[in-house]
Amino acid sequence: MRKVLQRTVAAMALGSIASIAMAQDDGADLVINGEIEITVRAPAPAHMSDTGIDTILSGWVFRSDETRQLEMDDFDNPAFLAVDRGIEAWNTVEGTEGKSCATCHGDVEESMAGVRAVYPRWNEEAGEVRTLAGQINDCRTNQMGADAYAYDKSDMTAMEALISVQSRGMPVNVAIEGPVAETWAQGQELYYTRFGQLELSCANCHEQNYGNYIRADHLSQGQINGFPTYRLKNAGLVQTHNRFRGCIRDTRAETFAVGSPEFVALELYVASRGNGLSVEGPSVRP
Amino acid sequence: MTRFALSATLVALMSTAAVAEDVAPSDVAYDDYGAIAQSLTGVAGDPAEGLRVMETRSAGNCVACHQVSVSTAAFQGNVGPSLDGVADRWDVDQLRGLVANAKMVFPDTVMPSFYRVSGYIRPGDAFTGKAAGELSPLLTAQQIEDVVAYLQTLSE
Ligand code: HEC
Ligand code: HEC
Repeated sequence: MRKVLQRTVAAMALGSIASIAMAQDDGADLVINGEIEITVRAPAPAHMSDTGIDTILSGWVFRSDETRQLEMDDFDNPAFLAVDRGIEAWNTVEGTEGKSCATCHGDVEESMAGVRAVYPRWNEEAGEVRTLAGQINDCRTNQMGADAYAYDKSDMTAMEALISVQSRGMPVNVAIEGPVAETWAQGQELYYTRFGQLELSCANCHEQNYGNYIRADHLSQGQINGFPTYRLKNAGLVQTHNRFRGCIRDTRAETFAVGSPEFVALELYVASRGNGLSVEGPSVRP
Repeated sequence: MTRFALSATLVALMSTAAVAEDVAPSDVAYDDYGAIAQSLTGVAGDPAEGLRVMETRSAGNCVACHQVSVSTAAFQGNVGPSLDGVADRWDVDQLRGLVANAKMVFPDTVMPSFYRVSGYIRPGDAFTGKAAGELSPLLTAQQIEDVVAYLQTLSE
């Protein structure tokens, strides 16, 4: 009931919000290295029909020219130092089994093309929804006999960045039905929950108010097609769950832990709101 | 040691004063339209201090969402309506109610409740991301009165 009410309110406000957001989308296109065309605006997926959003927009659209530019050439994109470290890690034997990622997967450019686009996804054998980070750690612990990476630290974001690059320009296409349906619904519930002493949900900021400003912050749709993102403010790569944690903390709430079932569910749901945008990671944000 | 004792005495003094005069968040009486007829402190609000509270990030930070033309605060947001002329739209009791708990007037509003301490989902200890102990309201009773005093000056 509460959710229905919120959505109705959001839909009512849509007229004005959509026009503001449109006025601020200057229609610029993102082409990386002069050849990879990135879809930064796309029709909203069918499951978003009652959100009032008809066009989904990459966070890139909301950024300044200077920040946008850094993502248009891999030589300018500071995240590519991490991609290089990822390549090294890909080929490094670690753990009790004497294997590297390359031992099982071979050439990263071939084996990982398209992977980022469909994560999080169902893992039949384990009977669970897995994020890309979760899958990386599963390979490390179960296949290589190596230690898991800390979920949101630089070894993990470097490997995620390397894997994301192999899907750049491909449409995000995570499944929301079948065995993931329940987790997806849980993620949706979290997205509309007004957490903390400020009582703000993801939707309050990123669905009802994208295009508007909260103080100096230009609110985007909170899409994750560009993750991991290089944040100029942190001078480093930011993991998806790290961003979720920061946004929830900013509502004066008790956050969930990175890698928690709640954030896995939320990631699946938020990823599905980007179905149709291009995989853009590693992107650059202020 | 002395310093600790001193500040403990000060805190004790201040809280006695507060208990004696302020209406506690849970005791605030709203009318059917979300207005509060009674001052929360009995002390007249200071409009200059009210403006400071509204512009300060660590206090009300109202300009995060609202634009106030006479304010010189940088980066005023536009999530909420401009507050220019707000005193022509609402009387003092209504303004007090709106600042204390705007949800009494606009049930689904994104505007936080500045004088309320219960009914939250996973409330945190300020911006630490950790669970909260006992919550303090976002603004003190006197800060609410100060902000209301400032809002009353915003007529066109
Ligand atoms: C108080 C407002 C607020 C709330 C509530 C909020 N966010 Fe954000 N979020 C921001 C701001 C400000 C930014 C930085 C500017 C931007 O990209 O919108 C941001 C950025 C993001 C980004 C990065 C987008 C990019 O392109 O890099 C993601 C993803 C995100 N938020 C997801 C969420 C999710 C999921 C929730 C709920 C758990 C949430 N946010 C709740 C304010 C908020
Ligand atoms: C997170 C955003 C946000 C913050 C922070 C915020 N407000 Fe609001 N406020 C709103 C919105 C949105 C409305 C419009 C009510 C609605 O329809 O939701 C509003 C409405 C109002 C109104 C009625 C305005 C009118 O013209 O009818 C007043 C008065 C007001 N706010 C004062 C304040 C004060 C004072 C503060 C700080 C102590 C504050 N607000 C902080 C979002 C905010």
